[in-house]
Amino acid sequence: MNTSRTHRAAVIGGSAGGLEALGALVVALGEGCPLVLVAVLHVHRTSSVALVAQSLSARGSIVVSEARDKEQARPGQLYLAPPDYHLLIERDGGLALSVDAKVRWARPSIDVLFESAARAFGKELIGVILSGANDDGSDGMAAIKRFGGLTLAQDPASALHAMMPLSAIERGVVERVAPIEGIAAILRARSGATEVER
Amino acid sequence: MKMDEETVEGIEVDLLLEALRRRYGYDFRSYARATVERRVRQFLSEMSVASIADAIPRLLHDESFAITLMQHFSISVTEMFRDPEVYHVLRSAVVPLLKTYPHVKVWHAGCATGEEVYSMAILLREEGLYERATIFGTDFNDAALQSAKAGIYPLQKIQEFTKNYQRAGGRRSFADYYHADYDSALIDSALKRRVTFANHNLVTDTVFGEMTLILCRNVMIYFNQELRARALRLFTESLVRGGFLCIGTREDLTFSEVVDAYEVVDAKARIYKKKAA
Repeated sequence: MNTSRTHRAAVIGGSAGGLEALGALVVALGEGCPLVLVAVLHVHRTSSVALVAQSLSARGSIVVSEARDKEQARPGQLYLAPPDYHLLIERDGGLALSVDAKVRWARPSIDVLFESAARAFGKELIGVILSGANDDGSDGMAAIKRFGGLTLAQDPASALHAMMPLSAIERGVVERVAPIEGIAAILRARSGATEVER
Repeated sequence: MKMDEETVEGIEVDLLLEALRRRYGYDFRSYARATVERRVRQFLSEMSVASIADAIPRLLHDESFAITLMQHFSISVTEMFRDPEVYHVLRSAVVPLLKTYPHVKVWHAGCATGEEVYSMAILLREEGLYERATIFGTDFNDAALQSAKAGIYPLQKIQEFTKNYQRAGGRRSFADYYHADYDSALIDSALKRRVTFANHNLVTDTVFGEMTLILCRNVMIYFNQELRARALRLFTESLVRGGFLCIGTREDLTFSEVVDAYEVVDAKARIYKKKAA
């Protein structure tokens, strides 16, 4: 069987219970995953994303860091949005911060990240919605789908808070629903890290 | 010929920015693109314009539409005493040195609606520096400057401003600095006396004057690398030797060409001091 790389990047969004889910995803990705990985978690504006990045890095073999403005996103690394800033991806793969108004009460906003990534990566993008208790991310998933990307949601039954994945699913913009291990398997397969899923 | 939809949209945005530049002289091509695109899309959806391409003939022929669009995508959102810990450091590490100057000139580049300018006015007043200070707030967005001059903010924001002020080491009651009127808070006129708002565009304009302290926070994140480098050169030329530069808490000088011109005053607060030589 051939390995084939069909996607270049994955954007991940989560809110309540999202950190736990992202931690499990980092563990499940095991030896790593040659995708550009960029995530927004809703966190309080005074929380330290640098510390979260450190603890996530320690859980797997993926290098996790707080996204820096104008930094070039590299495959195999996971970038987290800093608190109180929106995080966007430029068409050249550069990371960009903004302090634009909150979107649906959230900054960082999952929609803002996803909508920019959809335009930067088109059909080579995967969008992942994890646990959360609001509906941020649904518009973003719609954008990813519209530009030909693959959309995944954490199985609501396995999420600490089901509303965020459920909202995207009910919007009809989710192609695959899977528990964290399943999402990790799809990401690895689509990145060319493992055999194509059957 | 088949072309990805995102590529086509990219061309539409290029053409729109080109139209703005050639028709009105405002060049947004050196702005961070993803945010410009987002704001354009947001504006057009609010105005019920179906596509970016549809907006181009309209902005070429309808000046007020074009101005509203440009104002919409250049306005930035801020608060009084945003990042209180930065003001704490300004108070403890910068103010004592400012006190050694007979006259202090402060420049807020990209001041938007002025919240941070008035925050600085309050800080300087509490430190006894206000009477020998001149504070400039500049922006290229005239609508934002008008709001800044008026100094009227929604009353519902005052609670957040007050919390920030207290965390920033404020010495009085924040209520001393504004007058509540229905649902608005009007900045006390004494705080406006030594403040001047003026139009200045970091894309095209040059040195604004000789400054003791320049604050430019969360403005250069909206610029591309080249424009950011231009702004930093401008600030470095404008500062007196020993003058201070304060940038956003998620911006940094590390990879910029001016990094050697500065020493770090406080790494976390992103406050730098221009070296003597």
